[in-house]
Amino acid sequence: MAGAALPGRLNWLIARATEIIEETQRVRSIVLDCPGWPGHLPGHHIDIRLTAEDGYQAQRSYSIARPADDEEVVITVELVDEGEISPFLIEDLRIGDRIEIRGPVGGYFVWEPSRGGPLQLIGGGSGVVPLMAMLRARVRAGSDVPVRYLSSARSHDDLIYRSELESVSSEVEGVEVLHTLTRSKPPDWTGLEGRVDRVMLARQAWPSFTRPLCYVCGPTGFVETVANSLVSLGHQPSRIKTERFGPTN
Amino acid sequence: MDNERHLDGNALAGLFHDVFGREMTHECGCCSHCGAMNQLGAAWVFRAAGDVVRCPNCESIVMVIVQNSDGFRVSFESLRWLQISA
Amino acid sequence: MSFPTRGFRGRRQLDAPADRIPPGQYVTDDFPVLSAGPTPRVPLEEWRFTMTDPLGSERSWTWADFTALPTETVTVDIHCVTKWSKLDTTWEGVSLDTLLADGTDRAGGHVLFHSYGGYTTNLPLEDVTGGKAWIAFNYDGQPLDPEHGGPARLLVPHLYFWKSAKWVDRATLSDSDRPGFWESYGYHNYGDPWREQRYQGD
Repeated sequence: MAGAALPGRLNWLIARATEIIEETQRVRSIVLDCPGWPGHLPGHHIDIRLTAEDGYQAQRSYSIARPADDEEVVITVELVDEGEISPFLIEDLRIGDRIEIRGPVGGYFVWEPSRGGPLQLIGGGSGVVPLMAMLRARVRAGSDVPVRYLSSARSHDDLIYRSELESVSSEVEGVEVLHTLTRSKPPDWTGLEGRVDRVMLARQAWPSFTRPLCYVCGPTGFVETVANSLVSLGHQPSRIKTERFGPTN
Repeated sequence: MDNERHLDGNALAGLFHDVFGREMTHECGCCSHCGAMNQLGAAWVFRAAGDVVRCPNCESIVMVIVQNSDGFRVSFESLRWLQISA
Repeated sequence: MSFPTRGFRGRRQLDAPADRIPPGQYVTDDFPVLSAGPTPRVPLEEWRFTMTDPLGSERSWTWADFTALPTETVTVDIHCVTKWSKLDTTWEGVSLDTLLADGTDRAGGHVLFHSYGGYTTNLPLEDVTGGKAWIAFNYDGQPLDPEHGGPARLLVPHLYFWKSAKWVDRATLSDSDRPGFWESYGYHNYGDPWREQRYQGD
Protein backbone atom coordinates (compact mmCIF):
# COMPACT_ATOMS: atom_id res chain seq x y z
CA MET A 1 0.00 0.00 0.00
CA ALA A 2 1.49 3.34 -1.02
CA GLY A 3 1.67 6.12 1.50
CA ALA A 4 0.99 6.36 5.20
CA ALA A 5 -2.49 6.13 6.64
CA LEU A 6 -4.12 9.53 6.27
CA PRO A 7 -6.15 10.83 9.19
CA GLY A 8 -9.84 10.47 8.47
CA ARG A 9 -9.19 8.06 5.61
CA LEU A 10 -10.54 4.56 5.75
CA ASN A 11 -7.63 2.72 4.24
CA TRP A 12 -7.72 -0.48 2.27
CA LEU A 13 -5.82 -3.25 4.02
CA ILE A 14 -4.59 -6.53 2.61
CA ALA A 15 -6.12 -9.59 4.25
CA ARG A 16 -5.09 -13.16 3.69
CA ALA A 17 -7.53 -16.08 3.81
CA THR A 18 -6.35 -18.55 6.44
CA GLU A 19 -9.35 -20.83 6.80
CA ILE A 20 -12.52 -21.60 4.87
CA ILE A 21 -15.44 -23.20 6.70
CA GLU A 22 -18.40 -24.73 4.92
CA GLU A 23 -21.43 -23.61 6.93
CA THR A 24 -24.05 -24.89 4.50
CA GLN A 25 -24.02 -25.91 0.86
CA ARG A 26 -24.16 -22.29 -0.28
CA VAL A 27 -22.56 -20.53 2.66
CA ARG A 28 -18.92 -20.29 3.68
CA SER A 29 -17.20 -18.57 6.55
CA ILE A 30 -13.85 -17.13 5.59
CA VAL A 31 -11.23 -16.41 8.22
CA LEU A 32 -9.01 -13.51 7.22
CA ASP A 33 -5.76 -12.46 8.80
CA CYS A 34 -5.44 -8.72 8.37
CA PRO A 35 -2.26 -6.97 9.53
CA GLY A 36 -3.12 -3.51 10.80
CA TRP A 37 -6.74 -4.39 11.60
CA PRO A 38 -7.88 -1.89 14.25
CA GLY A 39 -10.47 -4.19 15.80
CA HIS A 40 -14.22 -4.05 15.53
CA LEU A 41 -17.48 -4.39 17.45
CA PRO A 42 -20.30 -6.90 16.93
CA GLY A 43 -22.53 -5.70 14.11
CA HIS A 44 -19.82 -3.91 12.15
CA HIS A 45 -19.20 -4.76 8.53
CA ILE A 46 -16.32 -4.51 6.09
CA ASP A 47 -16.06 -3.55 2.45
CA ILE A 48 -14.25 -5.99 0.19
CA ARG A 49 -12.72 -4.84 -3.08
CA LEU A 50 -11.63 -7.21 -5.80
CA THR A 51 -9.62 -6.18 -8.86
CA ALA A 52 -9.38 -8.09 -12.14
CA GLU A 53 -6.20 -8.24 -14.23
CA ASP A 54 -7.49 -5.51 -16.55
CA GLY A 55 -8.22 -3.16 -13.66
CA TYR A 56 -11.96 -3.82 -13.40
CA GLN A 57 -13.05 -3.52 -9.77
CA ALA A 58 -16.03 -4.64 -7.77
CA GLN A 59 -16.81 -3.80 -4.18
CA ARG A 60 -19.34 -5.25 -1.73
CA SER A 61 -20.03 -5.10 2.00
CA TYR A 62 -20.01 -8.13 4.31
CA SER A 63 -20.93 -8.32 7.98
CA ILE A 64 -18.29 -9.55 10.38
CA ALA A 65 -19.33 -12.85 11.94
CA ARG A 66 -17.12 -13.08 15.03
CA PRO A 67 -16.22 -10.55 17.70
CA ALA A 68 -12.77 -8.98 17.53
CA ASP A 69 -9.79 -11.24 18.07
CA ASP A 70 -6.52 -9.48 17.39
CA GLU A 71 -6.09 -9.08 13.61
CA GLU A 72 -8.58 -11.73 12.60
CA VAL A 73 -11.70 -10.83 10.59
CA VAL A 74 -14.25 -13.55 9.91
CA ILE A 75 -17.01 -13.08 7.38
CA THR A 76 -19.80 -15.47 6.39
CA VAL A 77 -20.79 -15.28 2.74
CA GLU A 78 -23.82 -16.69 0.97
CA LEU A 79 -23.54 -17.57 -2.70
CA VAL A 80 -25.63 -15.19 -4.81
CA ASP A 81 -25.88 -16.84 -8.22
CA GLU A 82 -25.77 -13.66 -10.23
CA GLY A 83 -23.42 -11.94 -7.82
CA GLU A 84 -20.21 -10.11 -8.61
CA ILE A 85 -18.15 -11.09 -5.61
CA SER A 86 -19.80 -13.95 -3.72
CA PRO A 87 -19.27 -16.52 -6.52
CA PHE A 88 -15.57 -15.74 -6.36
CA LEU A 89 -15.42 -15.97 -2.57
CA ILE A 90 -17.40 -19.21 -2.46
CA GLU A 91 -16.07 -21.02 -5.53
CA ASP A 92 -12.60 -19.64 -6.28
CA LEU A 93 -10.99 -18.25 -3.13
CA ARG A 94 -8.22 -20.43 -1.76
CA ILE A 95 -6.35 -20.38 1.51
CA GLY A 96 -3.42 -18.02 1.12
CA ASP A 97 -5.23 -15.69 -1.32
CA ARG A 98 -5.02 -11.99 -0.55
CA ILE A 99 -7.94 -9.61 -0.87
CA GLU A 100 -8.46 -5.95 -0.03
CA ILE A 101 -10.73 -5.06 2.85
CA ARG A 102 -11.50 -1.89 4.77
CA GLY A 103 -13.36 -1.21 7.95
CA PRO A 104 -14.84 -1.62 10.38
CA VAL A 105 -17.87 0.48 9.42
CA GLY A 106 -21.53 0.61 10.26
CA GLY A 107 -21.55 1.68 13.89
CA TYR A 108 -25.30 2.22 13.70
CA PHE A 109 -25.86 -1.55 13.78
CA VAL A 110 -23.47 -2.33 16.60
CA TRP A 111 -24.40 -4.05 19.88
CA GLU A 112 -22.07 -4.67 22.77
CA PRO A 113 -22.89 -6.34 26.09
CA SER A 114 -22.47 -2.99 27.87
CA ARG A 115 -25.58 -1.71 26.07
CA GLY A 116 -27.71 -4.18 27.98
CA GLY A 117 -30.94 -5.73 26.87
CA PRO A 118 -32.89 -7.85 26.75
CA LEU A 119 -31.54 -8.48 23.27
CA GLN A 120 -33.79 -9.60 20.42
CA LEU A 121 -31.99 -10.83 17.31
CA ILE A 122 -34.01 -11.66 14.19
CA GLY A 123 -32.26 -12.80 11.03
CA GLY A 124 -33.43 -14.02 7.64
CA GLY A 125 -31.08 -16.26 5.67
CA SER A 126 -27.57 -14.84 5.79
CA GLY A 127 -28.96 -11.89 7.76
CA VAL A 128 -27.93 -13.87 10.81
CA VAL A 129 -24.26 -13.05 10.27
CA PRO A 130 -23.96 -9.77 12.25
CA LEU A 131 -26.40 -11.15 14.81
CA MET A 132 -24.14 -14.13 15.37
CA ALA A 133 -21.26 -11.75 16.07
CA MET A 134 -23.43 -10.15 18.74
CA LEU A 135 -24.40 -13.50 20.23
CA ARG A 136 -20.81 -14.75 20.21
CA ALA A 137 -19.71 -11.55 21.92
CA ARG A 138 -22.37 -11.94 24.60
CA VAL A 139 -21.25 -15.52 25.28
CA ARG A 140 -17.53 -14.72 25.22
CA ALA A 141 -17.97 -11.84 27.62
CA GLY A 142 -19.90 -14.00 30.06
CA SER A 143 -22.57 -11.33 30.01
CA ASP A 144 -25.92 -11.93 31.65
CA VAL A 145 -27.94 -9.99 29.09
CA PRO A 146 -30.88 -12.22 28.16
CA VAL A 147 -30.94 -12.98 24.44
CA ARG A 148 -33.57 -14.36 22.10
CA TYR A 149 -32.21 -15.30 18.68
CA LEU A 150 -34.74 -16.07 15.97
CA SER A 151 -33.58 -17.11 12.53
CA SER A 152 -35.49 -17.92 9.39
CA ALA A 153 -34.23 -20.30 6.71
CA ARG A 154 -35.73 -22.22 3.82
CA SER A 155 -34.83 -25.65 5.12
CA HIS A 156 -32.94 -27.37 7.93
CA ASP A 157 -29.83 -27.65 5.77
CA ASP A 158 -29.87 -23.90 5.18
CA LEU A 159 -29.60 -23.04 8.85
CA ILE A 160 -26.29 -21.26 9.32
CA TYR A 161 -24.27 -21.93 12.51
CA ARG A 162 -26.78 -24.61 13.44
CA SER A 163 -24.63 -26.84 15.63
CA GLU A 164 -22.90 -23.96 17.41
CA LEU A 165 -26.28 -22.45 18.18
CA GLU A 166 -27.51 -25.78 19.57
CA SER A 167 -24.54 -25.90 21.94
CA VAL A 168 -24.95 -22.29 22.99
CA SER A 169 -28.64 -22.57 23.70
CA SER A 170 -28.21 -25.73 25.75
CA GLU A 171 -25.08 -24.69 27.62
CA VAL A 172 -25.41 -20.96 28.11
CA GLU A 173 -27.94 -19.56 30.51
CA GLY A 174 -30.11 -16.71 29.29
CA VAL A 175 -29.78 -17.50 25.58
CA GLU A 176 -32.79 -18.84 23.70
CA VAL A 177 -32.43 -19.90 20.08
CA LEU A 178 -35.38 -20.43 17.77
CA HIS A 179 -35.40 -21.32 14.09
CA THR A 180 -38.26 -21.19 11.66
CA LEU A 181 -38.23 -23.05 8.36
CA THR A 182 -40.17 -21.59 5.48
CA ARG A 183 -40.07 -24.16 2.66
CA SER A 184 -39.38 -27.63 3.97
CA LYS A 185 -38.79 -29.31 7.30
CA PRO A 186 -37.33 -32.64 8.41
CA PRO A 187 -39.85 -35.20 9.71
CA ASP A 188 -38.74 -34.80 13.32
CA TRP A 189 -38.68 -31.00 13.30
CA THR A 190 -39.77 -29.45 16.59
CA GLY A 191 -38.95 -25.86 15.73
CA LEU A 192 -41.10 -23.18 14.15
CA GLU A 193 -42.59 -23.19 10.67
CA GLY A 194 -43.46 -20.48 8.24
CA ARG A 195 -42.31 -16.92 7.71
CA VAL A 196 -41.59 -14.63 10.61
CA ASP A 197 -44.72 -12.52 11.01
CA ARG A 198 -46.59 -10.56 13.63
CA VAL A 199 -48.22 -13.67 15.08
CA MET A 200 -44.90 -15.47 15.48
CA LEU A 201 -43.24 -12.39 16.97
CA ALA A 202 -46.11 -11.88 19.40
CA ARG A 203 -45.48 -15.40 20.68
CA GLN A 204 -41.73 -15.74 20.41
CA ALA A 205 -40.06 -12.35 20.68
CA TRP A 206 -39.42 -10.43 23.88
CA PRO A 207 -42.67 -8.64 24.69
CA SER A 208 -42.53 -4.91 24.12
CA PHE A 209 -42.97 -4.06 27.82
CA THR A 210 -39.50 -5.57 28.45
CA ARG A 211 -38.12 -2.86 26.13
CA PRO A 212 -35.67 -5.05 24.28
CA LEU A 213 -33.01 -3.83 21.89
CA CYS A 214 -33.98 -5.38 18.56
CA TYR A 215 -31.63 -6.04 15.66
CA VAL A 216 -33.19 -7.24 12.42
CA CYS A 217 -31.13 -8.27 9.40
CA GLY A 218 -31.81 -10.02 6.13
CA PRO A 219 -33.44 -9.48 2.74
CA THR A 220 -35.35 -6.25 2.35
CA GLY A 221 -38.83 -7.81 2.37
CA PHE A 222 -38.03 -9.84 5.49
CA VAL A 223 -36.70 -6.83 7.38
CA GLU A 224 -39.66 -4.71 6.33
CA THR A 225 -42.21 -7.27 7.59
CA VAL A 226 -40.39 -7.92 10.85
CA ALA A 227 -39.71 -4.28 11.69
CA ASN A 228 -43.29 -3.23 10.93
CA SER A 229 -44.59 -6.14 13.00
CA LEU A 230 -42.41 -5.20 15.96
CA VAL A 231 -43.66 -1.61 15.85
CA SER A 232 -47.26 -2.81 15.66
CA LEU A 233 -46.59 -4.94 18.76
CA GLY A 234 -45.58 -1.84 20.66
CA HIS A 235 -41.80 -1.83 20.32
CA GLN A 236 -40.29 1.63 20.09
CA PRO A 237 -38.85 2.34 16.64
CA SER A 238 -35.75 3.82 18.27
CA ARG A 239 -35.02 0.43 19.85
CA ILE A 240 -35.23 -1.40 16.53
CA LYS A 241 -32.16 -1.38 14.30
CA THR A 242 -32.44 -2.78 10.82
CA GLU A 243 -29.93 -3.85 8.20
CA ARG A 244 -31.41 -4.70 4.83
CA PHE A 245 -29.46 -6.80 2.39
CA GLY A 246 -30.55 -5.33 -0.91
CA PRO A 247 -30.16 -6.67 -4.39
CA THR A 248 -26.62 -6.19 -5.53
CA ASN A 249 -26.18 -3.74 -8.40
CA MET B 1 -45.98 1.69 0.01
CA ASP B 2 -43.33 0.13 -2.18
CA ASN B 3 -40.03 0.07 -0.43
CA GLU B 4 -38.60 -3.06 -1.90
CA ARG B 5 -35.64 -1.26 -3.35
CA HIS B 6 -34.30 0.72 -0.44
CA LEU B 7 -31.48 -0.11 1.90
CA ASP B 8 -30.69 1.33 5.32
CA GLY B 9 -28.28 4.19 5.75
CA ASN B 10 -25.90 1.70 7.35
CA ALA B 11 -25.21 0.37 3.84
CA LEU B 12 -23.49 3.69 3.10
CA ALA B 13 -21.18 3.47 6.11
CA GLY B 14 -18.06 3.15 3.95
CA LEU B 15 -19.17 5.92 1.57
CA PHE B 16 -19.99 8.26 4.46
CA HIS B 17 -16.51 7.59 5.81
CA ASP B 18 -15.00 8.50 2.43
CA VAL B 19 -17.04 11.70 2.22
CA PHE B 20 -17.02 12.92 5.82
CA GLY B 21 -13.77 11.35 6.97
CA ARG B 22 -15.35 9.47 9.86
CA GLU B 23 -18.02 7.02 10.89
CA MET B 24 -21.37 8.75 10.39
CA THR B 25 -24.09 6.10 10.61
CA HIS B 26 -24.76 6.69 14.30
CA GLU B 27 -25.01 10.48 13.92
CA CYS B 28 -28.44 12.09 14.05
CA GLY B 29 -29.99 14.37 11.49
CA CYS B 30 -33.21 16.36 11.46
CA CYS B 31 -35.45 16.38 8.40
CA SER B 32 -36.47 19.92 7.49
CA HIS B 33 -39.60 18.64 5.76
CA CYS B 34 -41.23 16.74 8.62
CA GLY B 35 -39.02 17.46 11.61
CA ALA B 36 -38.22 13.80 12.31
CA MET B 37 -34.84 13.05 13.88
CA ASN B 38 -33.07 9.83 12.99
CA GLN B 39 -29.62 8.35 12.92
CA LEU B 40 -28.18 8.35 9.40
CA GLY B 41 -27.99 4.56 9.66
CA ALA B 42 -31.79 4.48 9.76
CA ALA B 43 -32.31 6.55 6.62
CA TRP B 44 -33.76 5.04 3.48
CA VAL B 45 -31.08 4.68 0.86
CA PHE B 46 -31.65 4.31 -2.85
CA ARG B 47 -28.53 3.47 -4.78
CA ALA B 48 -28.81 4.62 -8.35
CA ALA B 49 -26.63 6.89 -10.48
CA GLY B 50 -25.86 8.48 -7.14
CA ASP B 51 -26.84 7.60 -3.60
CA VAL B 52 -30.11 9.13 -2.50
CA VAL B 53 -30.63 9.37 1.25
CA ARG B 54 -34.26 9.83 2.27
CA CYS B 55 -35.98 10.58 5.56
CA PRO B 56 -37.40 7.31 6.92
CA ASN B 57 -40.44 9.18 8.17
CA CYS B 58 -41.59 11.21 5.16
CA GLU B 59 -39.41 9.94 2.26
CA SER B 60 -38.09 13.44 1.47
CA ILE B 61 -34.62 13.56 0.02
CA VAL B 62 -32.19 14.52 2.77
CA MET B 63 -28.92 14.18 0.90
CA VAL B 64 -27.61 12.99 -2.48
CA ILE B 65 -24.05 11.77 -2.95
CA VAL B 66 -22.58 11.53 -6.45
CA GLN B 67 -19.11 10.14 -6.89
CA ASN B 68 -17.50 12.03 -9.78
CA SER B 69 -14.04 12.40 -11.31
CA ASP B 70 -12.91 14.87 -8.63
CA GLY B 71 -14.27 13.10 -5.58
CA PHE B 72 -17.78 13.42 -4.22
CA ARG B 73 -20.55 15.94 -4.78
CA VAL B 74 -22.81 16.01 -1.75
CA SER B 75 -26.11 17.81 -2.20
CA PHE B 76 -28.07 18.71 0.89
CA GLU B 77 -31.83 18.93 0.60
CA SER B 78 -34.18 18.40 3.54
CA LEU B 79 -31.48 18.40 6.20
CA ARG B 80 -32.15 21.01 8.83
CA TRP B 81 -29.23 19.90 10.97
CA LEU B 82 -26.75 17.12 11.43
CA GLN B 83 -25.28 16.41 14.86
CA ILE B 84 -21.62 15.41 14.77
CA SER B 85 -20.53 13.81 18.01
CA ALA B 86 -17.32 15.06 19.56
CA MET C 1 -2.72 1.05 -5.40
CA SER C 2 -4.84 -2.09 -5.76
CA PHE C 3 -3.36 -5.36 -6.83
CA PRO C 4 -5.20 -7.89 -8.98
CA THR C 5 -7.06 -10.54 -7.02
CA ARG C 6 -5.99 -13.96 -8.20
CA GLY C 7 -8.70 -15.52 -10.32
CA PHE C 8 -11.24 -12.68 -10.14
CA ARG C 9 -13.00 -11.63 -13.33
CA GLY C 10 -16.44 -10.44 -12.28
CA ARG C 11 -19.65 -11.15 -14.13
CA ARG C 12 -19.19 -8.88 -17.09
CA GLN C 13 -19.15 -10.35 -20.57
CA LEU C 14 -15.66 -10.22 -21.96
CA ASP C 15 -16.41 -11.19 -25.55
CA ALA C 16 -18.80 -8.38 -26.50
CA PRO C 17 -17.99 -6.47 -29.73
CA ALA C 18 -15.75 -3.56 -28.77
CA ASP C 19 -17.22 -1.09 -31.23
CA ARG C 20 -20.57 -1.29 -29.46
CA ILE C 21 -19.17 -0.50 -26.03
CA PRO C 22 -18.68 3.16 -25.14
CA PRO C 23 -15.53 4.07 -23.19
CA GLY C 24 -15.47 2.92 -19.57
CA GLN C 25 -18.45 0.59 -19.91
CA TYR C 26 -18.81 -3.13 -19.17
CA VAL C 27 -21.38 -5.40 -20.77
CA THR C 28 -23.82 -7.28 -18.57
CA ASP C 29 -26.57 -9.73 -19.30
CA ASP C 30 -28.43 -8.65 -16.18
CA PHE C 31 -30.82 -5.74 -16.14
CA PRO C 32 -29.92 -3.89 -12.92
CA VAL C 33 -32.65 -1.89 -11.26
CA LEU C 34 -31.54 1.56 -10.19
CA SER C 35 -34.06 3.96 -8.71
CA ALA C 36 -33.79 7.23 -6.82
CA GLY C 37 -36.95 6.55 -4.84
CA PRO C 38 -39.76 4.08 -4.20
CA THR C 39 -41.40 2.46 -7.24
CA PRO C 40 -44.64 4.26 -8.03
CA ARG C 41 -47.65 2.02 -8.64
CA VAL C 42 -49.84 3.56 -11.32
CA PRO C 43 -53.10 1.83 -12.21
CA LEU C 44 -53.60 1.95 -15.96
CA GLU C 45 -57.00 3.58 -15.64
CA GLU C 46 -55.33 6.51 -13.87
CA TRP C 47 -52.28 6.73 -16.14
CA ARG C 48 -51.90 9.90 -18.20
CA PHE C 49 -49.15 11.23 -20.40
CA THR C 50 -49.31 15.01 -20.86
CA MET C 51 -47.37 17.17 -23.26
CA THR C 52 -47.21 20.91 -22.55
CA ASP C 53 -46.00 23.33 -25.19
CA PRO C 54 -44.03 26.57 -24.56
CA LEU C 55 -47.30 28.53 -24.56
CA GLY C 56 -48.73 26.32 -21.86
CA SER C 57 -51.32 24.43 -23.84
CA GLU C 58 -51.62 20.78 -22.94
CA ARG C 59 -52.39 17.58 -24.74
CA SER C 60 -53.07 14.45 -22.67
CA TRP C 61 -53.35 10.79 -23.53
CA THR C 62 -55.04 8.16 -21.40
CA TRP C 63 -53.71 4.61 -21.53
CA ALA C 64 -56.42 3.74 -24.03
CA ASP C 65 -55.51 6.76 -26.21
CA PHE C 66 -51.85 5.95 -25.94
CA THR C 67 -52.03 2.30 -26.82
CA ALA C 68 -54.22 3.12 -29.82
CA LEU C 69 -51.34 5.09 -31.36
CA PRO C 70 -49.01 3.44 -33.89
CA THR C 71 -46.13 1.72 -32.11
CA GLU C 72 -42.66 0.65 -33.09
CA THR C 73 -40.52 -2.24 -31.93
CA VAL C 74 -36.86 -1.39 -31.66
CA THR C 75 -33.75 -3.27 -30.62
CA VAL C 76 -31.13 -1.01 -29.09
CA ASP C 77 -28.08 -1.01 -26.85
CA ILE C 78 -28.42 0.83 -23.55
CA HIS C 79 -25.67 2.37 -21.46
CA CYS C 80 -25.95 3.26 -17.78
CA VAL C 81 -23.67 5.88 -16.29
CA THR C 82 -22.86 3.42 -13.50
CA LYS C 83 -20.82 1.63 -16.18
CA TRP C 84 -22.97 -1.28 -17.27
CA SER C 85 -24.16 -1.64 -20.85
CA LYS C 86 -26.75 -4.05 -22.14
CA LEU C 87 -26.80 -4.94 -25.81
CA ASP C 88 -29.71 -5.80 -28.06
CA THR C 89 -32.56 -4.85 -25.78
CA THR C 90 -35.97 -4.94 -27.43
CA TRP C 91 -38.68 -2.43 -26.66
CA GLU C 92 -42.09 -1.57 -28.01
CA GLY C 93 -43.35 1.97 -27.69
CA VAL C 94 -44.77 5.08 -29.27
CA SER C 95 -42.22 7.30 -30.97
CA LEU C 96 -41.92 10.85 -29.64
CA ASP C 97 -42.28 11.90 -33.29
CA THR C 98 -45.79 10.40 -33.28
CA LEU C 99 -46.71 12.18 -30.06
CA LEU C 100 -45.30 15.51 -31.24
CA ALA C 101 -47.06 15.21 -34.60
CA ASP C 102 -50.37 15.30 -32.77
CA GLY C 103 -50.45 19.04 -33.23
CA THR C 104 -48.27 20.17 -30.34
CA ASP C 105 -46.27 23.27 -31.11
CA ARG C 106 -42.64 22.35 -31.73
CA ALA C 107 -41.24 25.76 -30.91
CA GLY C 108 -38.75 25.75 -28.14
CA GLY C 109 -35.63 23.69 -28.31
CA HIS C 110 -35.83 21.92 -24.96
CA VAL C 111 -37.95 19.36 -23.22
CA LEU C 112 -38.14 18.40 -19.55
CA PHE C 113 -39.60 14.98 -18.85
CA HIS C 114 -41.35 14.34 -15.54
CA SER C 115 -42.14 11.05 -13.86
CA TYR C 116 -44.63 9.76 -11.34
CA GLY C 117 -42.69 10.01 -8.09
CA GLY C 118 -41.01 13.30 -8.98
CA TYR C 119 -38.04 12.37 -11.14
CA THR C 120 -37.11 14.68 -14.01
CA THR C 121 -34.62 14.75 -16.85
CA ASN C 122 -33.92 17.37 -19.53
CA LEU C 123 -33.05 16.91 -23.19
CA PRO C 124 -32.69 19.00 -26.31
CA LEU C 125 -35.80 18.55 -28.47
CA GLU C 126 -33.66 17.39 -31.37
CA ASP C 127 -32.45 14.45 -29.26
CA VAL C 128 -35.95 13.06 -28.88
CA THR C 129 -37.07 13.56 -32.47
CA GLY C 130 -36.12 12.00 -35.78
CA GLY C 131 -36.55 8.45 -34.55
CA LYS C 132 -34.36 8.76 -31.48
CA ALA C 133 -36.85 8.40 -28.63
CA TRP C 134 -39.95 6.49 -27.59
CA ILE C 135 -42.36 6.16 -24.72
CA ALA C 136 -41.90 2.44 -24.21
CA PHE C 137 -44.41 0.14 -22.52
CA ASN C 138 -43.14 -3.32 -23.49
CA TYR C 139 -39.71 -4.74 -22.83
CA ASP C 140 -38.59 -8.02 -24.36
CA GLY C 141 -42.11 -8.73 -25.54
CA GLN C 142 -43.71 -8.31 -22.10
CA PRO C 143 -45.40 -5.37 -20.38
CA LEU C 144 -42.75 -3.23 -18.77
CA ASP C 145 -42.21 -4.19 -15.14
CA PRO C 146 -42.81 -1.40 -12.60
CA GLU C 147 -39.24 -1.82 -11.36
CA HIS C 148 -38.00 -0.98 -14.84
CA GLY C 149 -40.36 1.95 -15.29
CA GLY C 150 -43.73 0.44 -16.11
CA PRO C 151 -46.43 1.25 -17.14
CA ALA C 152 -44.29 3.35 -19.51
CA ARG C 153 -40.87 4.93 -19.59
CA LEU C 154 -38.97 7.24 -21.86
CA LEU C 155 -36.41 5.45 -24.02
CA VAL C 156 -33.53 7.52 -25.43
CA PRO C 157 -30.83 4.94 -26.05
CA HIS C 158 -28.20 7.21 -27.62
CA LEU C 159 -27.68 8.96 -24.27
CA TYR C 160 -26.83 7.57 -20.83
CA PHE C 161 -29.80 5.69 -19.49
CA TRP C 162 -30.61 8.14 -16.68
CA LYS C 163 -32.14 10.21 -19.49
CA SER C 164 -34.62 7.39 -20.16
CA ALA C 165 -36.93 8.45 -17.38
CA LYS C 166 -38.91 5.66 -15.74
CA TRP C 167 -42.63 6.12 -14.97
CA VAL C 168 -42.79 9.06 -17.35
CA ASP C 169 -45.97 11.12 -17.13
CA ARG C 170 -45.25 14.52 -18.65
CA ALA C 171 -43.15 16.30 -21.24
CA THR C 172 -42.78 20.06 -20.95
CA LEU C 173 -41.54 21.75 -24.12
CA SER C 174 -39.74 25.00 -23.52
CA ASP C 175 -37.45 27.66 -24.90
CA SER C 176 -35.19 27.32 -21.91
CA ASP C 177 -33.17 24.39 -20.62
CA ARG C 178 -33.84 23.37 -17.03
CA PRO C 179 -31.64 20.70 -15.47
CA GLY C 180 -33.45 17.59 -14.30
CA PHE C 181 -32.82 15.44 -11.24
CA TRP C 182 -29.40 13.89 -11.85
CA GLU C 183 -28.29 16.90 -13.89
CA SER C 184 -28.87 19.13 -10.88
CA TYR C 185 -26.97 16.78 -8.59
CA GLY C 186 -23.79 16.85 -10.65
CA TYR C 187 -24.32 14.69 -13.68
CA HIS C 188 -23.66 15.99 -17.17
CA ASN C 189 -26.35 18.13 -18.78
CA TYR C 190 -26.25 16.19 -22.09
CA GLY C 191 -24.82 12.73 -21.32
CA ASP C 192 -23.30 11.28 -24.52
CA PRO C 193 -21.78 7.89 -23.61
CA TRP C 194 -19.47 7.96 -26.64
CA ARG C 195 -17.84 11.15 -25.37
CA GLU C 196 -18.03 9.78 -21.82
CA GLN C 197 -20.04 12.77 -20.61
CA ARG C 198 -20.86 11.43 -17.17
CA TYR C 199 -20.39 14.37 -14.82
CA GLN C 200 -20.84 18.11 -15.01
CA GLY C 201 -17.61 19.49 -16.41
CA ASP C 202 -16.68 16.41 -18.43
